Amino acid sequence: MIEVGTVLDEKVFHLDRALLKAYADASGDQNPIHQNEEFAVSVGLPNVIAHGMLTMALVGKYVSDFAGGSANVLEYSARFIKPVIVPLGEKVDLTVTATVAEIADGKISLSLSATSAGVKVLGMAKAVVSK
Amino acid sequence: MLNPDSVGSTFAGTDSVTLSQSEIDAFCAVIGESDTTIAPPTFTIRITLTQFEEILTRPEIGLDWSRLVHGDQKFEIFSPVKAGDNLTCAATIESYRVAAGNEIVSVRSDLHRDGKLVISAWSTLVVRA
Repeated sequence: MIEVGTVLDEKVFHLDRALLKAYADASGDQNPIHQNEEFAVSVGLPNVIAHGMLTMALVGKYVSDFAGGSANVLEYSARFIKPVIVPLGEKVDLTVTATVAEIADGKISLSLSATSAGVKVLGMAKAVVSK
Repeated sequence: MLNPDSVGSTFAGTDSVTLSQSEIDAFCAVIGESDTTIAPPTFTIRITLTQFEEILTRPEIGLDWSRLVHGDQKFEIFSPVKAGDNLTCAATIESYRVAAGNEIVSVRSDLHRDGKLVISAWSTLVVRA
């Protein structure tokens, strides 16, 4: 039973350098901060970081799964508050969960949570789906 | 620096874009989506960011794309898109401010299919000082 306040099952995604390269190719965003460690460090980052839009795409998959398919996702928004850091040779966890915030007019609003290495990476993340 | 006279203006993208099944398949593969018959909710960022870059870096607008950070992103999907859809993109510069030397630009992308609005997307882009 889904009602306001229901916390949805957690899902963990895994990010590595190969996924960042695949996302760069799929999205067209070839910014070297997402692939080249030397470059990332030279601009003051701790290491290579994931595209904010990759994080958002993975959380979007979580939303689509809840909604019963991408076609049912009506609105989706997030603020990029901290980077997901992806060191060479590591698989980094992205843990996603959601709380039902509102149910009205055949629509469900979700408040989304996304953390990596215990740090909240998306802020104000919300989705509205038809259900 | 962004030309402040451009705030409030809407700019047409350069070309219409026809979505291919292979580009949707590649995006779905990254996120583990098995249903490739429609595009995932954030797929059109591929079109939107490309068009934003093309438009916002025009000499008369003048944004420096090389120091850009993505601040936030919102999508409203009125009708999902799929392979074969032909989309046109328009970008509207909604607001602009400078804070502590950082330029903060809010820009909206409207994607139309057959003249009908299918997806609006809002991006806050920050050019670091």
